[in-house]
Amino acid sequence: MNRAAPSGVDRDEVAESRPMQRVSKKVAPFAYLSPTLLLMAVLSLLPIGMVLSYSLMDNVIMNKNPVFVGINNYIELLTDDVFQQAIGNTLYFTAMSVIFHLILGLSFAMLLNTSLLGATTKAIFRVVYVLPWVFTATIIAILWRLMLNPNGVINYLIISAGFADRPIEWLSSRQLALHAVTFINIWSGYPFYMVSLLAGLQGIPDELYEAGTIDGANGRQLFRFITLPQLRPIIVSLAMLDFIWTMHQFTLIWMTTGGGPIHVTEMLSTFTYKAAFSSYEFALASASAFIILALCLFVALFYVRQQRASDE
Amino acid sequence: MMSKSGRLTLSRVFVIIALLLGAIYSGAPVLWMISSSLKSNTEIFAYPPRLFSDSMSLGAYLAVVTNSEKVRFFVNSYLVALLVTIFTLIVGSLAGYSFSRYQFPLKRPLNMTIIGVQAVPPITLLIPYFSLIVTLRLFNTYAALVLTYMVFTLPYAIIMMTGYFNTLPKALDEAVMMDGGSRFVALWRVLIPISVPGLVSTGIYTFMLAWNEFLFALTLTKTMNMRTVPVGIALLMGQHSYEWNEMMAMSVLGCLPVLLLYLFFQRYFIAGMTAGSVKG
Repeated sequence: MNRAAPSGVDRDEVAESRPMQRVSKKVAPFAYLSPTLLLMAVLSLLPIGMVLSYSLMDNVIMNKNPVFVGINNYIELLTDDVFQQAIGNTLYFTAMSVIFHLILGLSFAMLLNTSLLGATTKAIFRVVYVLPWVFTATIIAILWRLMLNPNGVINYLIISAGFADRPIEWLSSRQLALHAVTFINIWSGYPFYMVSLLAGLQGIPDELYEAGTIDGANGRQLFRFITLPQLRPIIVSLAMLDFIWTMHQFTLIWMTTGGGPIHVTEMLSTFTYKAAFSSYEFALASASAFIILALCLFVALFYVRQQRASDE
Repeated sequence: MMSKSGRLTLSRVFVIIALLLGAIYSGAPVLWMISSSLKSNTEIFAYPPRLFSDSMSLGAYLAVVTNSEKVRFFVNSYLVALLVTIFTLIVGSLAGYSFSRYQFPLKRPLNMTIIGVQAVPPITLLIPYFSLIVTLRLFNTYAALVLTYMVFTLPYAIIMMTGYFNTLPKALDEAVMMDGGSRFVALWRVLIPISVPGLVSTGIYTFMLAWNEFLFALTLTKTMNMRTVPVGIALLMGQHSYEWNEMMAMSVLGCLPVLLLYLFFQRYFIAGMTAGSVKG
């Protein structure tokens, strides 16, 4: 305390008497930000501009002198059957993933939040439940390819249980492949919800439940009128983030089906990648990439609005 | 009418059964992966399939760790992920400090842009990255991966570090400056050391993102000696006639760093992962 008073005077003097200090105060925040700003300008704003301009030309990169063609690439894409199919598949894949991630994540979080079991038991289960999360998408894809193989363990179990009489080609059947990759994505993604929702559940004050019980609410009512409303902001955030992430999921699809058979699991991401790096149609791929960006930013806008609403 | 303790026992049994069913759903595939990595290739598709066999061995692991091509995937992955983590933490802390301690024009739009970058899908940036990286002569280098990964790890790091610095009183910086230190000294000697929990959370998240990245690593590198684990495994799947046991052994080794990070830093891990969703 004794030292604070004279130094306080010192500090005011510094602020008022040294013009150098004032200039540096204006420059300093940008100096600290400069590496970030440089990186973001060169590797995110510039590329977004590039992809937009590519999408308005005839075939860039392959063509030395590309010509401006306006929205022709977008028209070509939107009238393309495979692209339309990719949009449908992406929406199905994304919507189902988000719904089931939420259902599983919330169920597991509530099971792990039970007061009926000891802390150690719950800790062990928590580690097991988080397991799918520690695997990278390539590894998840390969693991499920092994298990869903016609001669694999899942077909063996299904046949032994009498649900089928011959092996099912999960990932190469036109009827099943899309559901199979969606199932795999659900398995790999719920832990993120579970962990977040568990943190949310632990943050709900016990008093709320006590008050509810005193008022005569049963378990289902407590869930509906206390748990769900309390978790709502987390749920909305999770669902929107997940929607954005799942919409551009590439690795899992690429490594399980590659978009096949005959495009039944084609997603916007695999369509874009193939257009660019298999067909070398870089302009068309850029248009497709820009459509994905527009979709993601559209959802992100809702996300920001929701965040702002919950901040207030 | 059942007694209260009877009802409690019943619900406890119900919860345990539900937990076990859930554990089978989440854990059985992982168990199968480990078991397959210990089998010989012929045993993997033996009929009927068995979780344990008499001749289990670490042969597949030995084959992976003695194969210099495969070891190189791991070296590359560790190196890239560590470099990304270090640079992200440094650059992110500097930016976070600026957002936390200064008022300046364009602060809000800059902050919003950085947050917005998180919503940009990697596939959108891939095509321009391909031409940019080639133009900058960075194709097939570590720098190509480190720089492009940072675009996706930095926004999160900046949000986290800004939030963390905001919880530290400004009196701390002022105390250092009263003693004649500069703001930079205040950041480096005082704020950074007490921000270790925030740095750990951010670092784990960054490492995970970099370790798991696939699309850029696939497109921006070319030779086998530059491939990371996810891409390496993917390419080997295509080349070899499915040495499933070695693939599974590589997969187990490939998830080890993230699993260990999770087990040792569970608290930070969850704090880091949930920060984005619970309170943006």
